[in-house]
Amino acid sequence: MSKRSLSRRDVLKASTALAATTVFASPLRAAAPPAEPVTPALIEAARKEGKVVWYTSVDLPLAEKIAKSFEAEYPGIAARVERAGAERVFQRIGQEYASNIHAVDIVNSSDAAHAIVWKRDGLLLAHVPEDVAKFYPAEHKDPDGTFASFRVWVSIIAYNSSLVKAEDAPKSFADLLDPKWVGKIVKAHPGYSGTIMTATYQMARDLGWEYFEKLAKQRIMQVQSSADPPKKLALGERAVMADGNEYNIFQLKESGQPVEPVYATEGSPLIVGPNAVFKAAPNPNAAKLLNSYMFSPEAQQLIIDVGGLRSMHPQTKEKPGRRPWSEVKTMKDDAAAVEKMSEEIKARYQKIFKV
Amino acid sequence: MTVTAVAPARRARLDLSWPVLIGFALILCALIVLPMSWLVYFSVTDKGHFTLANFVKLATDPTFIDPLVTTVILATSSAVICCAVAAPMGWLIARTDMPLRRTIRALVTASFVTPPFLGAIAWELLAAPNSGLLNQAWRALLRDPQAEPLFDIYTLPGLIFVVSCYTFPYVFVLVANALDRIPGDLEDASSILGGRTWTTARRVTIPLALPALLAGALVAFLQAMTLFGSPAILAIPAGFHTMTTKIWSLFQYPPKLELAAAASLPLLVLTVLLLRAEHMILGRRSYALVGGRQSDPRLVRLGAWKWAALGFAFLVLLNPVFLPYGALLNAAFSRVATQIVSFGNFTLRNIEFVFFELSATKLAVRNTLILGVSSATVGTLIAVVISYVTARKAIAGWRALAFLATAPIAVPGIVLGVGLFLSYTRPPFVLYGTLWILLVAFVTIALPAAYQQLQAAFRSVSVDLEEASRILGATRLQALAHITAPLLRTSVIATWCFIFVGVIRELSAAIILFTSETKVISVLIFDLNESGDLGAIAVLGLIMLVITFAVVIAINRIPGFGAIRLRNA
Repeated sequence: MSKRSLSRRDVLKASTALAATTVFASPLRAAAPPAEPVTPALIEAARKEGKVVWYTSVDLPLAEKIAKSFEAEYPGIAARVERAGAERVFQRIGQEYASNIHAVDIVNSSDAAHAIVWKRDGLLLAHVPEDVAKFYPAEHKDPDGTFASFRVWVSIIAYNSSLVKAEDAPKSFADLLDPKWVGKIVKAHPGYSGTIMTATYQMARDLGWEYFEKLAKQRIMQVQSSADPPKKLALGERAVMADGNEYNIFQLKESGQPVEPVYATEGSPLIVGPNAVFKAAPNPNAAKLLNSYMFSPEAQQLIIDVGGLRSMHPQTKEKPGRRPWSEVKTMKDDAAAVEKMSEEIKARYQKIFKV
Repeated sequence: MTVTAVAPARRARLDLSWPVLIGFALILCALIVLPMSWLVYFSVTDKGHFTLANFVKLATDPTFIDPLVTTVILATSSAVICCAVAAPMGWLIARTDMPLRRTIRALVTASFVTPPFLGAIAWELLAAPNSGLLNQAWRALLRDPQAEPLFDIYTLPGLIFVVSCYTFPYVFVLVANALDRIPGDLEDASSILGGRTWTTARRVTIPLALPALLAGALVAFLQAMTLFGSPAILAIPAGFHTMTTKIWSLFQYPPKLELAAAASLPLLVLTVLLLRAEHMILGRRSYALVGGRQSDPRLVRLGAWKWAALGFAFLVLLNPVFLPYGALLNAAFSRVATQIVSFGNFTLRNIEFVFFELSATKLAVRNTLILGVSSATVGTLIAVVISYVTARKAIAGWRALAFLATAPIAVPGIVLGVGLFLSYTRPPFVLYGTLWILLVAFVTIALPAAYQQLQAAFRSVSVDLEEASRILGATRLQALAHITAPLLRTSVIATWCFIFVGVIRELSAAIILFTSETKVISVLIFDLNESGDLGAIAVLGLIMLVITFAVVIAINRIPGFGAIRLRNA
């Protein structure tokens, strides 16, 4: 167990302070839009639309479960999931909007910087679900009501426990540079994954780019999505993952696969996944309904229990057997900085890792 | 020639040939010239200004030079391997009495139907260095769990191997079809004059099959060069790029379209040179084989060797068919994709997921079917007319048509995707977001191979039959419809199936051109691969294969339509 040097509160406070100065640079505007409750009229209107299209980077089986639970809650509205890595989702939406194609109703990214861009481009609808207004901490919602944190998690190290003994397992990012891990590490890519984009920013900031230069010498296996390294571990294809979703590790571990999470002593990159509804959504009412549903205590409990994610909804309960969120030492997230640096991050990463 | 002599007498009657031919030329321009013009324009501009900076970067930046070198190595090796394997296989199946020839031909078709990206994923399951089934078996055999892997698919040789597995059917089909068409009487003549089996093969059969083999090598080279899915799946984990994956990476946000356009031009130039070379080698000879009279091909008796031959054929087919399909089938029903199914880990979870939870399944299957059938029909029609025009030099600009029809092969699907994207996202043709743009892409991509195939077929049908028909007063189109087309029925059906299968396999253009409403199965599988959902991929891949086989078999069973092909096979 690593000793915690920063509490989650500290981190959140720090990120709020930062957010107040950078992300929401013009905070002194009219009050946030009022919360929109789920009314029978909204449900009726959503049923008339009959479907909703959700672009997301949530690991597909989980995304489909969320969609199915929504369909069960509101029969007659088909929720279609469009799943790809967050950076590809971002590119896709850009490409579609540039051609005046408005196919996406609601989005959930794993790169919080995307919400900043979409909001700045005026694409997002201000929609504040009741739960967000009532229960969500200020640092997890846009003061203008265009997005809020549907999910939170960390990118972690993990290992395959049938290939690596607990005492030999890495404890820190620095440990991964040990020659004994040459050819045994799997790692996801910031060009495709929003999680890894965010994580790469935080790690480069805290550990320096030299860290990645050294890591590249370990002959890593390069995959794309942050959902893939946990799966490669479970297959036994590689012994250790340098980054990837904590929530996939929980899912796999709890289904009996030999994987173990490691919370690096340096701190684990903190990932925030905002939800947002598009102004030009083809199914605006269904989009609002799905957005409201996704922040409900039921849906939030679902993403914890089934998904292994963390929720900022105070009415949810953590699942026993997982490290409590308050004991997870995280790095500091900074979506605004990621937004500014994403191109540089991708370029440097490609230079170092050759792909 | 006789045709010119009677032409004036025919003029008086209405001949729709010219308008039709001109119409097809226009279609080709829309398919090819428009997107290629945009590409060239983009390659020499930077935000609207003329510049050669893109090419300078291309020629000096090692992150571009390395992928180009890798691509050339990949394409050359694959072409050599494909020919080395496909030529003996084709000969054994078309010209010998080897047992189970029909089955083997069907199995090669199966490997052709397998999308290369699906094959690559299956080979990940088989030969990933640690979890791969073959490596697991190897370690079990040695009783040493720490043993070095037997295979590592995440390497350049691994990639070459997988690419060859799924490019080899192209060469095989071309060679086997050519050998089918070589009339037995030529070989009989050789035998009668005292040539032994081997002499006949060397002096008669092989030279006659050479054009097909060369064409096959060319197609294999170009296929391997422009392939996107397999390198994306195998090269990126290994930490290297090919040109196509490099170009794809340029479309990451923010897209660098200018560089991508420039990066695709070396591939275009290379292809043009290769086509010229092929033309120089084959151009001076005549290969008209199917005349008015024809005898069946003569089969070589292998004697005891036929079992060795059969063993060879099965050994070859192990790689593209038996092993990968086995691995996919296993992954579909196993809780862990790379564990052999047993009572302990048997699951229907993946099936349930794909059919009842995955919300994109139905849409993707429907889109794929619509696009497959329509692209195959439109593409075959265009290919027939163009290959007729060029094979018979029917209009003055036939060389240009031939070039246009062959040019897309030089353009990686992904770059064509961008060219089409640039062309059809602005008025007057706003097609992006509809299935039309995918139809255009798929027809364009399929055209070169379809054209090559039909053109080879036209070349082998002697012109005298048509001339006879035209002397008797038929127009060009009538001659085409009543004489040539029926003679080429086998080739036409083969081409239709070929395009249909090509559409199912196609990933690289689709990945640029799809929207959430126009998703196809290949893109869905690629997305699933990104996040490592191997079980779901296995199920979807098997569905895809079942659909493809169902359609191909149905087409071949249409009475009086595909019957000939089945009998020959």
